[in-house]
Amino acid sequence: MRVRITIRLFARLRDLVGSGRLIRDMPTGASVETVWQALVQEFPAIAASRASLAAAVNAEYARFETRIADGDEVAFLPPVSGG
Amino acid sequence: MPTAPLSLTASPIEAAAVVRMAEGDAPDGRFGAIATFVGTVRRENVGRQVAYLEYEAYEPLAVKALSLIADEVAGHWPAVRLAVQHRTGRLEPGEASVVIAAASPHRAEAFQACRYTIERVKQILPVWKREVFAGGEAWVEGAIADPSDEAARQAAYRCACG
Repeated sequence: MRVRITIRLFARLRDLVGSGRLIRDMPTGASVETVWQALVQEFPAIAASRASLAAAVNAEYARFETRIADGDEVAFLPPVSGG
Repeated sequence: MPTAPLSLTASPIEAAAVVRMAEGDAPDGRFGAIATFVGTVRRENVGRQVAYLEYEAYEPLAVKALSLIADEVAGHWPAVRLAVQHRTGRLEPGEASVVIAAASPHRAEAFQACRYTIERVKQILPVWKREVFAGGEAWVEGAIADPSDEAARQAAYRCACG
């Protein structure tokens, strides 16, 4: 069984990947970390970003161990620079 | 102008409008102090001449982050009413990128809440700026956005009340 999710990327991550929105299928039981690892497989240039990364699921801050479900929106947030 | 007291906008921010939002429908004279902070685009950054900044936001999360900050402010300073507007899109040097207004019966709480809010905005708001300067461009990267980071929260509080 697979779940279909939307991945959102911002700022430098979006530039590295070349898109701010991707649709991908993940295995059932996948976590935010699983999604990130799949993304790194596909786009190795982003690997070094993991150390300074935050995440959100369905526009709520989330930890990397958070489980994802079909239809979720998983966002990866590089260090922020508002203000 | 947008009317929500905690929001993002692609249009120029008018500080007076944010002050009015902080006052809300409170009866005249309820607040004795309104502290405001206006963050503006600096022409020079780390020795570079800034042509313009491009702000990008994850808007649904950013609106929630602003609510979270307002809740924290309410916890520390229950009498304060807060309004925050953050810009998105292209901003020229001198333009306001963020305006904060904290209204309170007394000035000490207003100043403290205003300072706390800008520190928390810088720590957790999912907004990013790309700096375009003579000869190049670069994403500016600050804090890792983790609202549950207790040390960061305390650092913001110390900044406000130091």
